[in-house]
Amino acid sequence: MLALIIRRLVLGLVSLWAISVLVFSATEILPGDVATAILGNQTTEEARAALIAELGLDRPAHERYLAWLDGLFRGDLGTSLATETPVARIVSLRITNTLVLAVATAILAVPLSLGLGLLAAAYPNSLFDKSLTVGSLLVISLPEFVVGLLLALLLAVRLKLLPAVVTSPDFTSLTGLLRALALPALTLLASVQAHMIRMTRAAVLDTMRRPYIEMALLKGASKGRIILRHALPNALAPIVNVVALNLGYLVSGVVIVEVVFTYPGLGRLMVDAVSARDIPIVQATAMIFCAVYVFLTLAADVVTVLTNPRLRHAK
Amino acid sequence: MSDATGNAPAVPSLASTKRVRRKLTLFGAIGIALLGVNLACALFGSFLAPHPPGDINPGGAFAPPSGTALLGTDYLSRDLFSRLLDGARFSIGVAGLATCIGFLVGMSIGFTAAEIRGRLDMAVTWAVDVLLSFPPILLALLVIAGLGTSLPVLIGTIAFIQSPRVARVARAVALGIAALEFVEVARARGESLASILIREIFPSAVRPLAVEFGLRLSYAVLFMSSLSFLGLGIQPPDADWGGMVRENLPGLYYGALASIVPGVMIGLLVLGINLTVDWLSAGADAQMSEELR
Repeated sequence: MLALIIRRLVLGLVSLWAISVLVFSATEILPGDVATAILGNQTTEEARAALIAELGLDRPAHERYLAWLDGLFRGDLGTSLATETPVARIVSLRITNTLVLAVATAILAVPLSLGLGLLAAAYPNSLFDKSLTVGSLLVISLPEFVVGLLLALLLAVRLKLLPAVVTSPDFTSLTGLLRALALPALTLLASVQAHMIRMTRAAVLDTMRRPYIEMALLKGASKGRIILRHALPNALAPIVNVVALNLGYLVSGVVIVEVVFTYPGLGRLMVDAVSARDIPIVQATAMIFCAVYVFLTLAADVVTVLTNPRLRHAK
Repeated sequence: MSDATGNAPAVPSLASTKRVRRKLTLFGAIGIALLGVNLACALFGSFLAPHPPGDINPGGAFAPPSGTALLGTDYLSRDLFSRLLDGARFSIGVAGLATCIGFLVGMSIGFTAAEIRGRLDMAVTWAVDVLLSFPPILLALLVIAGLGTSLPVLIGTIAFIQSPRVARVARAVALGIAALEFVEVARARGESLASILIREIFPSAVRPLAVEFGLRLSYAVLFMSSLSFLGLGIQPPDADWGGMVRENLPGLYYGALASIVPGVMIGLLVLGINLTVDWLSAGADAQMSEELR
């Protein structure tokens, strides 16, 4: 078991290293160099050369990579090309907003999906089960941004319950929090729920077929008790795995949803930086997102190994 | 998102013969119809469009549906219906082409790894695992940050994101096939590697991989339209459906159809692919179990 976990940890570290190489090489494959990107086309050869020397771009690529990696470890993320402020400061302003959104979505999505999945497993093939399946299939057939727009159209434009656009979220009051988070969090919920509901339902139904469940049934245990006390604990491993994977999926979802609602988080910062080719910001945000994603998928795999006796005792 | 099988596969009765697996279910029929309409739009949309996609309609911006503009007009008072038909070739064509390239690359790698085994197989498995630990959207954003956006970059990026996922499935499928006798015979005959992969392994792998192709295709459609929505995909004056949602966003607050209809079209296309895949895979399962009996 330990060997399996160590192998997975090593893979996680290798992934992070590969990500750092790829993120860094985004500057290297830039057609036309960074100096021209900053100065624009109308510039003299001397000014370009001076800037190249100032930025250290005349050094070989591997040296700059090591310097960049070194800065990353020390929390020095470089300077934004567009605004000339330290990237660390820009990122720290945005990162709280994204964290609040992600945590709010997780608090909403995980219990709701597990609850609905358990209900569907309690009444399999009932009308409720079938409409839940069809409903969640319909929702995941739509891209996140369309779900977001439909929600905005309904809740903000038609019913006028919420503002459609949140430019400076106010987290100090409960209403401010709700107004800022409701639409983006609901949209993210729509994109992560389907997988979790289906896995909860399938895993619980699978354990419900075991002989010991029949034993509990014959003993006269109630349906709720059988599902919660007997079936759920044994079905927990695949469920936890899917939950962790979908929290990782939030990383991609957040990028799109923040753009839909112009929510001032890391995701929108990254998309804007990609459009403006502000490479230091792209690098910093990409490293943060990828690190979170790698950590969550790692956690999902480790939990699977820990909770599965067959894997725990594998060679 | 890749898990798209919604309804339980229709279980054929054991006594039934091959005709059962071909029976069209309601969902299967809906799926095929949706897919057919979308494909027709992609292939012939530019010819069927009543107006050139760039033409200005006299009704003004965000006009409601009328005789000259069946679905109303967009933010530059162009006919929405014509632009929808014209944009179909980007939404469907780019996703389809990228998925095909991703499959070619992924299958070549996966099959080769499964046939040769040993060090190469281990290296491929590790490389695939590492590539799969990137969130796809971030990978695309990085490539576009470096190279800028253009049609070849978009197709290449989506194919690049697809190929490790295809390679993993193709390897798993081919491992089983490579152990069968007829492949053994081909090896003993001294067939070349390419010949074994193409003439022995590929034909047996087509059916299991067809389902994967459908799932990958619907993923590519969603991915491509998301990139365009972010403003990093197809560039104006052309627009795919994701791009049309983006450019018509201001119309949402006037209740105009212009940003909603393209989004719904994406949903219908993906739903069509998912339902068709469900139906096909239920059929494949039934056929498989029949052949095993």
